Amino acid sequence: MSLVYALAIAVQMGCGVYLLLSRHVVRIVLGVVLLSAATNLLIFVAGGLVFTAPPVIVQGTQTLGAEAANPLPQALILTAIVIGFALVAFAAALVLKTYRAVGSVLTSGHTDAEALGSPFDAEATRNA
Amino acid sequence: MPDFLTQTALLWPLAIPLATAALCAALWSNAKAQRAANLAGLCLTLVASLVLLNSVMTEGIQVKQFGGWAPPFGISFVADQFSAAMVVISSILALAAGVFATADIRRRQERSGFYPLFQGLMVGVNGAFLTGDIFNLYVWFEVMLITTLGLITLDRTRAQLDGALKYAVLNLFSTILFLMAIGLLYGVTGTLNMADLAMILPNTEGSVALTVAAMMFLLAFGIKAGFFPMFFWLPASYHTATIIVSAVFAGLLTKVGVYACFRVFTLLFEVEDGGIRPLVAFFAAGTMVFGVFGAAIQWDVRRILSFHIISQIGYIMLGLAIATPLALAGAVFYIIHHIVVKANLFFVAGAIHRATGTFDLRKTGGLMKSSPLLAVLFLIPALSLAGIPPLSGFWAKFMVIDASFRGDAAWLGAVALFVGLLTVFSMSKIWIEAFWKDSPRKIVHVRAVPVAMLLPIAALGAITLAIGFNPEPLVAFSQLAAETMADQAQFIAAVFNERQIAGVQP
Repeated sequence: MSLVYALAIAVQMGCGVYLLLSRHVVRIVLGVVLLSAATNLLIFVAGGLVFTAPPVIVQGTQTLGAEAANPLPQALILTAIVIGFALVAFAAALVLKTYRAVGSVLTSGHTDAEALGSPFDAEATRNA
Repeated sequence: MPDFLTQTALLWPLAIPLATAALCAALWSNAKAQRAANLAGLCLTLVASLVLLNSVMTEGIQVKQFGGWAPPFGISFVADQFSAAMVVISSILALAAGVFATADIRRRQERSGFYPLFQGLMVGVNGAFLTGDIFNLYVWFEVMLITTLGLITLDRTRAQLDGALKYAVLNLFSTILFLMAIGLLYGVTGTLNMADLAMILPNTEGSVALTVAAMMFLLAFGIKAGFFPMFFWLPASYHTATIIVSAVFAGLLTKVGVYACFRVFTLLFEVEDGGIRPLVAFFAAGTMVFGVFGAAIQWDVRRILSFHIISQIGYIMLGLAIATPLALAGAVFYIIHHIVVKANLFFVAGAIHRATGTFDLRKTGGLMKSSPLLAVLFLIPALSLAGIPPLSGFWAKFMVIDASFRGDAAWLGAVALFVGLLTVFSMSKIWIEAFWKDSPRKIVHVRAVPVAMLLPIAALGAITLAIGFNPEPLVAFSQLAAETMADQAQFIAAVFNERQIAGVQP
């Protein structure tokens, strides 16, 4: 079970890294999405992957039962999902804005930052 | 001092910027009120951080458990000498930037939310310095990331959007690595509290997951700090932001990565085991050399300085690579010196831009004649960065190079000395091009630099001079901080002794 799960995470991470290495910025953002989702799954499997009862304290007792699931990885993943969502939303907006301003979705077309103060005259005069 | 203040000293450096950020956001349409709130918030944060440093110096490590949860179950905040000093120095830098902003920030940038974002960045930075929980550290990293992205794209020019995209993707990748490392570490140890981890890890059998986690921490913080093979996002983005933002980033952001690296690799993992030391040494040497070579061919002041951030990070990592108490003390001294000097150089770059209208050194010139005061104020941080005695950089370099010769890593010391020489080259390039040579333009039109710009430059220059002429107190402090940092037992005891106190309260 854990092995199948680990393989699935590995495949997803592989896809994420492959997309991250692309020149197309939308693909790069999708790669980040895949990677952060795979990371959440990794935390889940690191916290122990077994069939257990939900982590709810039964009425009349003070502590969780021994068979209850570990609630902490779930809390961590929830935090990570929220943060990841905000950052991906920002990155998507940034990509859209960059596309509108620069007119290219390929990273090879994004040279404006590099050209500032460039030692190569052609680039420097183009941006003067 | 009232008991209430001393007991909550740990919270104010975080609470004040957070409240100020909220206040500035509430005053969105009123730029003047935002400016006043920003300055007041920065002054208060500085006072709060000095109070914190004072209580750390008199009473030892300060610990706070949130929500009254006994460690290791809740989130702890811990301040030892190192983190308290980092909070103080970042508050000083933030106040300098706030004063500089009154002269340099434009209405359009204020309307884009400069003040709330800037205060939000300070929340993230101070939180990262003070937290004692590894997952909480991740959260503060993300707070910093989202606010820095807002600050870089303040003007939404093409260069800024381009730089921000590269910054965003590589830093997102770094935080994903960080989160994976946390997941693996949690899987092995079952805890996230740094003091608890420091207690459990030495008794844990080495495993693949643990080694991978350590390497991922090194890579994640390495990307943040700008180590040699992972630094490419930094010179691609820092120079595009407005100059105040660049100065604050240059002073603080990479140092947060460095701080996290020091914390994790002194408290949780040892540099000695698992082949981390040669790796860190290799990173440090590469960072020094490639940073300084990258700077040599650039013509934009901000890009030259951005590449120099990287080369200076190498010196700090050198301290971690050797990891003797002497080397760690040198690294602490170096971080404090470097935050002041590097931010100051960016401020001077802003003043050069104000006076000549450009950051491109080929188009500047003649500033020696038109503003000699600025020339002197540039020389102090520039020579300090290069390590000319008697300025602060000399003592910082002396400490780390001395430690590397004593720590059987003479080749690292040799690299550091060689890089120091090339730093002089870059600084003299700025000096010759911006100050010494005649202006290349026929009609010389030099604008006056306002006092609000010169004041922070002079204040930070005065700190550099003060450290340079009287290094003894700071050297002693760095040694104390390095001792505390290397002493895991003290950290663990401080966090867990709080348990009894927390248990008494309802």
